[in-house]
Amino acid sequence: MATLSFFYFGGVIVLTAVLVVALRNPIYSVIALLVMFFHVAGLFITLHAEFLAVVQIIVYAGAILVLYLFVVMLLNLKRDDSYQRQVWLGVSLGLLGLAEIVYVVLTAGRATGPAIARTTQVAAAGAPAASVTPGNTEAVGMALYTTYLFPFEVASLILLVAMIGAILLVKKGIMGPEAR
Amino acid sequence: MVPLSYYMILSAIVFLTGLVGVLIRRNIIILLLSIELMLNATNINFVAFSYYLNNIAGQVFVFFALTVAAAEVAVGLAIILALYRGKATVNVEDLNMMKW
Repeated sequence: MATLSFFYFGGVIVLTAVLVVALRNPIYSVIALLVMFFHVAGLFITLHAEFLAVVQIIVYAGAILVLYLFVVMLLNLKRDDSYQRQVWLGVSLGLLGLAEIVYVVLTAGRATGPAIARTTQVAAAGAPAASVTPGNTEAVGMALYTTYLFPFEVASLILLVAMIGAILLVKKGIMGPEAR
Repeated sequence: MVPLSYYMILSAIVFLTGLVGVLIRRNIIILLLSIELMLNATNINFVAFSYYLNNIAGQVFVFFALTVAAAEVAVGLAIILALYRGKATVNVEDLNMMKW
């Protein structure tokens, strides 16, 4: 059952990822990316990361893709959107990188299999701390607000800077012909 | 039980699809979408490792990656809108004013 769901979610993720890159109409690309985000959320659920699955749907599908759709529709793009001339070079580079990564993962997985198993055992030995917190959301919250409190604050600073930057960039008279 | 290496290969496929997208497309919006693909590939890897190594830190880092992705989208789309206002194009080959 777990294998079946992995291959379903993984297959749809790969298919829609290729569609995002290959489709010529930007709206279709954005819709394909939406389908991919939902299936990534499904993959997260099979990995017992329910909180992240919900956050994935809310933030990516709900906020980020709506932003993309707004921009695509605001710009009212023409359809003459073709590929670069070096398509074959890019695709062959990608296939070469994929072959390398598959080779490394498969050989390294055989070589260090016991090491990973040992790490899992060590982590499982330290598991009582995790079993105190019953659910996934509680565990993520505990780690986020205790161990990773400082990175959490830095992330909020990043969001603040992004907000100010976005407002400044689209403000009239800063960039564009009317600024000069 | 699916082995961890399957997740790594899935994530590698998605990442390289995004990389190829950045290399071969001309539309700057599709370039940003390809960057989203790459960020999602790392998220799949983080969550898979978090599950298989029984460590919650991976999921916390997905949270931070999500924050950075949201910031990147906001600033990136603002840059695209400002560019479009100035040059009336989203084709990266027309955006060569910084070319020497």
